[in-house]
Amino acid sequence: MSEVVSNPPGRVAEIWRPIRKILREPLGALGLFLVLLVIFGAVFADFLTSYDPTRINPRARFQGPGAEHLLGTDQLGRDLFARVLHGGRIALYVALVSTAVSLAIGIVLGLIAGYGPRWLDNLMILLFDAMKSFPTVMLALALVTLMGPSLTAVMVVVILVTVPGYARIIRTQTIALKSSEYVTAAQSMGASSARILRVHILPNVIGPLVILASMDIPVVIGIEAGMSFLGLGVRPPTPSWGSILNDGFTGIRDSAWIAIAGGVPIIITTLGFTFLGETLRDVFDPRLKGR
Amino acid sequence: MLTYFVKRLGLAAVIVSVAMFLLFCMIYLIPGDPASVALGPRATEEMRAALREKMGLNQPVILQFWNFYVGAWTGDLGEEVLSGRPVMTVVLEQLPFTLALIAGGITWSVALGIPLGCWAAVSRGSTADRIVGILSVAVIAVPSFVIAIYALLIFAVQLRWLPAIGAGEPGNLGDQLTHLILPSLAVGLGWVGYIARMVRASMLEVLEASHIRTARAFGLPDRMITYRYALSIAILPTVTLLGVGIGQMLSSAVFAEIVFARPGVGKLVYDAILTRNFPVVTGTVLVTTVLFVLLNLVADLIIGALDPRVRSSF
Repeated sequence: MSEVVSNPPGRVAEIWRPIRKILREPLGALGLFLVLLVIFGAVFADFLTSYDPTRINPRARFQGPGAEHLLGTDQLGRDLFARVLHGGRIALYVALVSTAVSLAIGIVLGLIAGYGPRWLDNLMILLFDAMKSFPTVMLALALVTLMGPSLTAVMVVVILVTVPGYARIIRTQTIALKSSEYVTAAQSMGASSARILRVHILPNVIGPLVILASMDIPVVIGIEAGMSFLGLGVRPPTPSWGSILNDGFTGIRDSAWIAIAGGVPIIITTLGFTFLGETLRDVFDPRLKGR
Repeated sequence: MLTYFVKRLGLAAVIVSVAMFLLFCMIYLIPGDPASVALGPRATEEMRAALREKMGLNQPVILQFWNFYVGAWTGDLGEEVLSGRPVMTVVLEQLPFTLALIAGGITWSVALGIPLGCWAAVSRGSTADRIVGILSVAVIAVPSFVIAIYALLIFAVQLRWLPAIGAGEPGNLGDQLTHLILPSLAVGLGWVGYIARMVRASMLEVLEASHIRTARAFGLPDRMITYRYALSIAILPTVTLLGVGIGQMLSSAVFAEIVFARPGVGKLVYDAILTRNFPVVTGTVLVTTVLFVLLNLVADLIIGALDPRVRSSF
């Protein structure tokens, strides 16, 4: 490995190899394309449209898709293309931040459960199972009622829903590694538990988890859009795909283009991340297949 | 079998108790006081104090939890804020509608998922197999409420094939079933994918087994081997999957009920949130959680009854 690191061209190849592997699978290439498309739209939203996503224009209400407004306008005359692009920022922001936070929490809890004493392990497993026994949407609705609708509430819901799964995976793998020879060797040389977990166990358990987390991103985007659809996510006038879909749902008989503008980005994003995640898993860790 | 049953039942009771404790902690720890939430921002301080007293929020925490816990096990989930009706009665009134919706969802997912899974397994590696694989992944990925809205848009608004809102006339079974088709499709479509994948995977395993080879050697027709001999074994993991699936369909049902304006627990919770009827929200969360745990238990017991290996490993 050391030659690879000290040799820049080798390093470039090291980055390119997995990408080429993904591109060789048609579904992976499609997934990567869709994901990049969504990221591009969200990042360059300000350059791709000159409309302000929150600007109300009463004279341009309920206009169908056309040259002036690519995807039409909603009941307040706001440009839907601008709202869709800016809504992508909200969706990706929630997905990335909450997945990162719940990965961090899940890893710490999983390592503690797997490496700690037996009673603590049992207690934590019980808590994880109880947490998973709430139907997701019911839990989300109850939490949002208490906390008040906000993006933070949505992220708390996502974290509570996903942490138990991550922690369980880390725990199972930590237990498997705990009795391995090299960990015993490190223990006999007097390494502290913290060092063993950080240096010897964490690097070996984190790979599959990252792939599984990438497969959870569509679920997270679905939760955010769903909460916003119910009016329990982002506050108006902030654009979110869910709230656009709700505007479209209200006028579904006369202005179907609003519902199409809100729903298609959700479909594109969830499909993109799922196709990419499935390919990543098949390419890098076939053992996870069927999960 | 009896020991297994008792152990599983005990574990389910413990999990429900811990879930209640977690729910109570969330209510208690999250900033925001249920009495203020219920009364809204315009309430006076006296009104809040009176409601807090009535809801028992002035008692010590431990006592509050104990009352909540004992109440929940004895079926007393408190009273609705406005009408004063018992929450349990209100939830149980709405539950059958949701259960019908979930049953419809299961029907869709089993009716489409099992044949698709078998077909993919039998024609392994072919284009058909690949297409079923991609479709399975796709329907799992797309959130159910998006499917619900587009199903409404296409089949009810544009094509006018099926009714858009409500649960149908009470007493008119045909009308009620017609009203069930679209919402239950939205609830079940994602699970078509899960079931198709699961059936395909376990079918491929079973088709390698020696009794299937024997059946082939006897010259039995392929169709009979697939559907009679292999499927009856390959179906087992699907039962467990459905146990989990029903819990998730409960989440989809919430959206389907709101989109199709159907009665049910999802609509109940949503309306309760909009009217700040807090006891109804927690009550419904508890009832649905217990339901979820019970359904998982039933699925485990069915598997235990069908497959002795599971019983002994517990």
